[in-house]
Amino acid sequence: MSRKVTGLLLVACWFAASAHAADIAVRAGVLYPVTSAPIENGVVIVTDGKIAEIGPADRVAIPNGMRVVEAAVVTPGLIDAHSVVGLAGYLNQPGDQDQLESSEAIQPELRAIDAYNAREPLIEWIRGFGVTTIQTGHAPGEIIAGQTLIAKTTGDTVEEAVIKPVAMVAATLGEGVIVQAGGARTSPGNRSKAVAMLRAELVKAKSYRDKSIAASNDDDKDAPDRDLRMEALAAVLAGDTPLLITVHRHNDIMSALRLADEFDIDVVLDGAAESYLLIDEIKAAGVPVILHPAMTRAWGEKENLAFTTAAKLIDAGIPVAFQSGYESYVPKTRVVLFEAGITLPHGVSFEQALAAITIESARILGIDDRVGSLEVGKDGDLALYDGDPFEYTSHAVGTIIEGALVSDTEQ
Amino acid sequence: MPTSCRRAVALVPVALALALSAQAETIAFTGATLMPVSDEAIENGVLVIEDGAIVAVGPADSTRIPRGATTIDVSGSVIIPGIVDTHSHIGEVAGGDSSDPIQPEARVLDSINIRDAGFKRALAGGITSVNLMAGSGHLMSGQTLYVKLRDGNSIEEIAYRREDGEVAGGLKMANGTNSQDEPPFPGTRAKSAALVRQKYIAAQEYKAKLEAADGDPDEMPDRDLALETLVEVLDGTRTVHHHTHRHDDVLTVLRLQKEFGYRVVLHHVSEAAKVADEIAVAEVPVSLIIVDSPGGKIEAMHLEPYNAKALEDAGARVAFHTDDYITDSRLFLRMAALGVRAGMSRDVALRALPLEPSKMLDIDDRAGSLEKGKDADFIVLAGDPFSVYTQVRQTWVEGKKRFDLADPDDAAIATGGFGALTPSNSELEFHGYGEAR
Repeated sequence: MSRKVTGLLLVACWFAASAHAADIAVRAGVLYPVTSAPIENGVVIVTDGKIAEIGPADRVAIPNGMRVVEAAVVTPGLIDAHSVVGLAGYLNQPGDQDQLESSEAIQPELRAIDAYNAREPLIEWIRGFGVTTIQTGHAPGEIIAGQTLIAKTTGDTVEEAVIKPVAMVAATLGEGVIVQAGGARTSPGNRSKAVAMLRAELVKAKSYRDKSIAASNDDDKDAPDRDLRMEALAAVLAGDTPLLITVHRHNDIMSALRLADEFDIDVVLDGAAESYLLIDEIKAAGVPVILHPAMTRAWGEKENLAFTTAAKLIDAGIPVAFQSGYESYVPKTRVVLFEAGITLPHGVSFEQALAAITIESARILGIDDRVGSLEVGKDGDLALYDGDPFEYTSHAVGTIIEGALVSDTEQ
Repeated sequence: MPTSCRRAVALVPVALALALSAQAETIAFTGATLMPVSDEAIENGVLVIEDGAIVAVGPADSTRIPRGATTIDVSGSVIIPGIVDTHSHIGEVAGGDSSDPIQPEARVLDSINIRDAGFKRALAGGITSVNLMAGSGHLMSGQTLYVKLRDGNSIEEIAYRREDGEVAGGLKMANGTNSQDEPPFPGTRAKSAALVRQKYIAAQEYKAKLEAADGDPDEMPDRDLALETLVEVLDGTRTVHHHTHRHDDVLTVLRLQKEFGYRVVLHHVSEAAKVADEIAVAEVPVSLIIVDSPGGKIEAMHLEPYNAKALEDAGARVAFHTDDYITDSRLFLRMAALGVRAGMSRDVALRALPLEPSKMLDIDDRAGSLEKGKDADFIVLAGDPFSVYTQVRQTWVEGKKRFDLADPDDAAIATGGFGALTPSNSELEFHGYGEAR
């Protein structure tokens, strides 16, 4: 890798309007496809929004008339594995905070697509740093807060942005869901009750799913009345929708693994501040970890977090992605590029850090057939930098989504 | 006399002698690139310290290492002055309570937990001097405290002292939305300014009575802790540290500063770029914060890194602050690096960490640069101060090594881990004003 690549100017050549808006050629001082070796003087050709060709400049010809952009370093568009942008608005006023509904403890029927504001300024903000894909949705804070979606960081409507309307069902265990006496609700009042409530709901959903399957196999049997809540959890039990469980303390992580085992469901650990205490258990359970932002505040349930956790998980072979997470105050969102960078002096290599915000994220989110690396046939999503992307003083100089240059400011 | 006691008595002079010799120890750091900040960088420099103070800074070929000095080879490292944080909430600081928006009599001195893990985190980030501040939920939330992160068992032991022997500190003020609330707190900006002006007018009258009394006990006004504090502000012995975000709130601070003539440092200043010229003309220094995204509240919607460059271009004096817990003290160097990313020059960004803030706290006679005669407060870095790959290797305060990455206990503070930071602050909320509003 090159930590001191001289910054090249982004050369945006505006050609005739006849050129297809989703066609673009990108020249890189160093190109990081992520799933293959870096290419010096690399070129990526994007046509109709998809990567058509990739290779060294002397072997890849840029078609005449094609728009060309150029940067010192080019990577796949970054993937933020867990965010709340689009739901938790940047002004932090009651009217723009749609990330948490506290009327009930368990509401998996709450869809992220019904709350996602595609024009939220924070989406544009993170896009300026090279983030092209996000998993976003309901925030930690209730046993089941709702669903998440996966979107590109472009588009004026959720319909234009979304690539997976139901990505995961977002659950939380630990102190964050415990309701203090005196509020509108009194339950769950402790950890045991929270897990019992979640188990009871999954047991109910299993019965609902069993009845649905029985009815579809036997005309004499009635399907249960449609229940949005049960449908959402049935999809979890069917293995169609992973359960994203935000947990930090070691005992809560074990509770999450216990649930995965009991109901044979796909669980993704989220946050997981104390996961370094349970490397063997997490590995044996085969669950991936979307690790808390490195710079999240070390207090409360996260007081034992460490900058070295990512390295320990990655070295053990556990799939790890980074996230921007949820912030209740300032900064209202973090930037996954920066969060990955913080782990570099703490045992994570440049290649591992880049993978954790590209291909590893894509795999955990189940979208690696489309994004996460620069390969022929994948979406033309690229991030352009004037130097080492992780270096504090480098700049993101361009972001391309499906062949369209959606950001060209130096940020 | 039992033998053991005799031995103990005999040991006392030896211990004293050891202590004296330890104090008088001279240490020369060699091989590093020195960035004095007050002067040009010196490659292969020599830094000599003695009795907790800097005695020489210069290039290897022209700097004499005193006979008997301990030499520490730090080749490949970069040494910069200890960082001065103008605005931090480590130590579980508290100021005024919810009874009144104006409480200059409340001292953070009376609230600090000196065993709070925040002090260790600060040292791990290369911070050696700190202005400990109460929150921004008041127009005046209390007296701040300037501390040096030397070893100490009580807050008095680490406090800077003024010439009159009193602990040194400023006055925390705020305007904008954080200090607005239900009565008796103000509900608008105009009310906020009116309340503050009325209080300073009372302080001016109190000061006039004190001067008229000229020490005559019969003529002295009744003691008033709040007004006494504000008299210090009017006298210039106590600087106002003013939380302010929006462009018009910044101008309000400048207007009040002009009316009452006090010394003020602007803090945060989300919209600094819009009023950079006015700030520069007023010759009021700024302590900036840079965070990773704008927003979080309406008045921070333009909190962008570009402010750093805008202020530099306008010619204003700029420092940075952690606002810890808003940003982590361990990553303070990163903030100045983000200023460089947004166009600030590297020299100005580097001055903004030790030298400019030390002037804002009136401690630049002792801290802020690597200069002969100043306290031996410095940090040993693995490389470029503004690189993500650079770690703080050592932090020295008054000639004592207070953080060493090679020490496993210290390394645990630098990286975190199970029980490494065990803060007793899990119940704390940001700035003491609870949920964002």
